[in-house]
Order: sequence, then structure tokens, then C-alpha cells
Amino acid sequence: MKGRPAAAIEVRGLRKQFGRQGVVAIEDASLSIAPGEFVSVLGPSGCGKSTLLRCIAGIETPSSGTVSVGGIPVSEPPEGLGMVFQRDALLDWRTVADNLMLPIDFRRGDRAAARERAAALLALTGLQGFEKAYPSQLSGGMRQRVAICRALVDDPVLLLMDEPFGALDALTRDQMNIELQRMWRAEHKTVLFVTHSITEAIFLSDRVVVFTPRPGRIADVIQVELPRPRRLALRTSERFNGYASHIRTLFEGMGLLKEEA
Amino acid sequence: MRGNVIALAVLVGVFLLWEAAVRALQVKPIILPPPSAVFAELLNAPAWYLGHAWYTLLVTLAGFALAVLVGVLLAVLIVESRLLEKSIYALIVALNSVPKVAVAPLFVIWLGTDAAPKVAIGFLIAVFAIVIDAVLGLKSVPPDILDLARSLRGGRLATLWRIRFPCALPSLFAGMKVAIGLALVGAIVGEFVSSQRGLGYVILSAQGMFDTARVFAAILVLAAMGVALFWLIAWLERLAIPWHASQKEQLSTH
Repeated sequence: MKGRPAAAIEVRGLRKQFGRQGVVAIEDASLSIAPGEFVSVLGPSGCGKSTLLRCIAGIETPSSGTVSVGGIPVSEPPEGLGMVFQRDALLDWRTVADNLMLPIDFRRGDRAAARERAAALLALTGLQGFEKAYPSQLSGGMRQRVAICRALVDDPVLLLMDEPFGALDALTRDQMNIELQRMWRAEHKTVLFVTHSITEAIFLSDRVVVFTPRPGRIADVIQVELPRPRRLALRTSERFNGYASHIRTLFEGMGLLKEEA
Repeated sequence: MRGNVIALAVLVGVFLLWEAAVRALQVKPIILPPPSAVFAELLNAPAWYLGHAWYTLLVTLAGFALAVLVGVLLAVLIVESRLLEKSIYALIVALNSVPKVAVAPLFVIWLGTDAAPKVAIGFLIAVFAIVIDAVLGLKSVPPDILDLARSLRGGRLATLWRIRFPCALPSLFAGMKVAIGLALVGAIVGEFVSSQRGLGYVILSAQGMFDTARVFAAILVLAAMGVALFWLIAWLERLAIPWHASQKEQLSTH
């Protein structure tokens, strides 16, 4: 399954304002992500972290600053982009197998050539046997697995995930974290993962980028040096909690977490 | 299946009640003939009724097909262009409340007394339902899916064909179910206004001779045709969108 080399991301002085007098979603964000790195963007709701992701995806145009993927400035969605959304964005009218073929269809690629990889990805997520099922017949967790397989099927150089597990229950979410880690270790794509869960961000990432609330600025970047593969039990370890309490202190400093005196 | 049996039983019950009521109350056949007389009239000249029904059916299908073709095309233009949405769409929604039947005589002046004016009236009455539901459907794509299409570098045409159009199908079929009935209304109105053929003509000429049984016979054939056309669309819908929630029963039973 060795595919295209992963791409690096460069964000320089990014600012995004919606409308002339509108909300400033991001202010002066700069960030370098190495090829194959797993980086989480963590912050409260509405802090512009999704906007950052959408600017990198070329879906949103920055008000100022630059974004490049694989050394190429982004002015439209870059080639080899895999995206996963909070709501799985599966096409109801396509079976699981055909949903996986959407990226191939859009670039008028050869479906037959992609079938093998699609089957391998479905097997990796325990979805073999569901190829002919429609999304409406699947559970939330299974649907999101299909969405991740679809993002990976065309061998992307970059995977952008916008709160992909935000709509799932806690147990399924833990399971998805383990599976995502396994897939990332097998594929080593560059991943930018937007979340508002501190635990999820630390568990999955090489680095966690913490955002301030409106306008979103980068408050801190935390290098997570925990050995992989990481197990769920790691989340109660001292080192893990050290990272978590550091991030919590940051949020408290922003006035986001207040305790009774 | 069970629903169909019950519906059929209710229908037979209504006919029996009608028959009994007409006999018991001794209603004049010119006011309300018993169903037995209506069926007798039908069976007396089945080929004649079938011939007229065939003509009405063809006119209806032609008007309907034209409405779907033009309606979907208009809807695509409206959804793809801001300007057209603001101009044409507002106009179409406003025009929908105009009684289209009133313009039927105009079509006879413009298009003569052949099938063309009937098809045109059927088209005119049916097309609004198609446009409005198709626009609704084409716009019902969740924003995430549109973002997904963009992230896959999908152009307008590819997004229209692979995303918007399939997404619009459930809504379009809902519109088609309404439109097929409206096309039939249009065909009959056209035949009322000027015709020597079709079930509308049968009804109008029988009315002139106070042949109430014949009027009822034609109405019966029309009703059967309307139901059959509706079923035809529902059957096509099942074939086209087996994935949709409205078809879920079929999905889970196999």
C-alpha cells in the first residue's frame, strides 16, 4: 500500500475575515507541518480552527497571508486531498463500495484499478461484507469509517479531518481513535485533525496546536512525545495528564474554564 | 400488498353501496345510474372506450414528458445562476397561482384542434410542479457534500451530474407524482375545449345527449388511468431510488 509521498503544509501570516466588516475568524496564524506528521488543531467552538482547515483545503480564500501544500501555493483545492467532515458526507444514493469510488469518478480515473485498495481499506476498518449496503443501513461509527476510507482511497498526499468524531458517542469515539491511529501508522499521510477534545488531540497527535477563541490565534504548539502505538490506558498516565493539564491551564488563561472560587 | 387488498375491498364496497342506494331510493338513471348500468355501458363498446382512452393517454404522456424535460432544464438553470433564480424563479412561482385552465382556448387558436394544444395545456399545468420540486431537490444537497465535491476538484458539471442530480431525485419523483395527474387534467381540459377524440370528448358529447351512464363510464376509465399512471411513477421511483428513506421498507425486507 505504499503510495504517493505525503505533503508538507506551510501557513504564513494567515488572516481570514468574513465580509468587509465581518467576523475575523483567524488572525496571524503561522504553522509548518512536516510530511507524514499528525497535527491536531484544538480550540473552543467557533475559534476559527475549521476555517484554517478550509483555507488549507482551498475551499476558503484567505484575506491575507499564504498557504501552500507540497510547496505549491493554494488557490484552489490541491491535488491529492482527502477530507473527512463531522457529518460523514456520504452520498445516500451510493452503496459503500460506490461511495469509495467518488474521488476516482471525479477525476475520471479507472475504477477497476482502485477496487483492490478500496477492499483493503474496508477490511482494515472491519467493513468487509458491507460493500453493497447503503449508508442509511449503517450506524454512525460505520458511516464515519466509510468516510475515512473514502478520503484515503485515492492515495491522498494530505488528509484534512474536521471534527470527524464529534457526532459519535464516547465509546465509538475511543474505538475510532484507535482505528485512526492504526490507519495513520500504516499509511503515514500528513494529517491535520480539528477537534475540541483535549484527550483526543493528545492521544492522536505528534503536535497539538492550541487556538484562542475569536479571533483564532495560535496560543501554543505542544510536542507530544508519547511512544506509539498508543493504548487507551495511556490516557490515565502521568505524562499524558501532564500534557492535558498544560492545555487546560492555557484554556483557563483564556477565561474558557472557570471553577468556583 | 395487504394495503392493496383492503383498498380493493373498500372500492367494491362503495360500488355495492352505490348500487343498493340507487335501487332503494329509485334514483333516475339520468341523475345517477347504478354501477351495473355503467359497467354494462363500458362492456357494450370496450374497443370504442379503449380507443378514446388511448388518445387521452398519449396526449397526457406527451404533456408530462415535455413538462419533465423542460421543468428539469429550467430548474438546473435556476439553481446554477443567481440571476435566473432571482428573475425566472420568482416569476414561475407567481405564475403558478394563475388558473392555467383559463388559457386553454388560446392554445386552440394558436395550435389548432389536433393533439398539439392538448399536449401544450397538459405541459403548462404540469410543468410548475416539476420546476418547483426539482429546484427544491437540486438545492437540498448538504453543504458538507458540496465542500467534499470542491475538495475533489469537481467542476460545476461534474457536481451537477454526480451530486446535485441524484440528490434531487426523491424530490423530483414527488413532483412527478403530482405532475402526472395534472398532465391528465390538462389533456381532458384540452379535449373539452375542442376535440373529436379522447375521453374528454366522450364526456362532453355524452353530456350533450344526457347519457349519464356514458359520462360515468368515461370517468371510470379516467380514474383507472390516473391511478395506473401514478403507480407507474411510483414503480419507476422504486427502481431509481432504492436507497431513499421513502423506499426503506423494500430495502429491509430483502
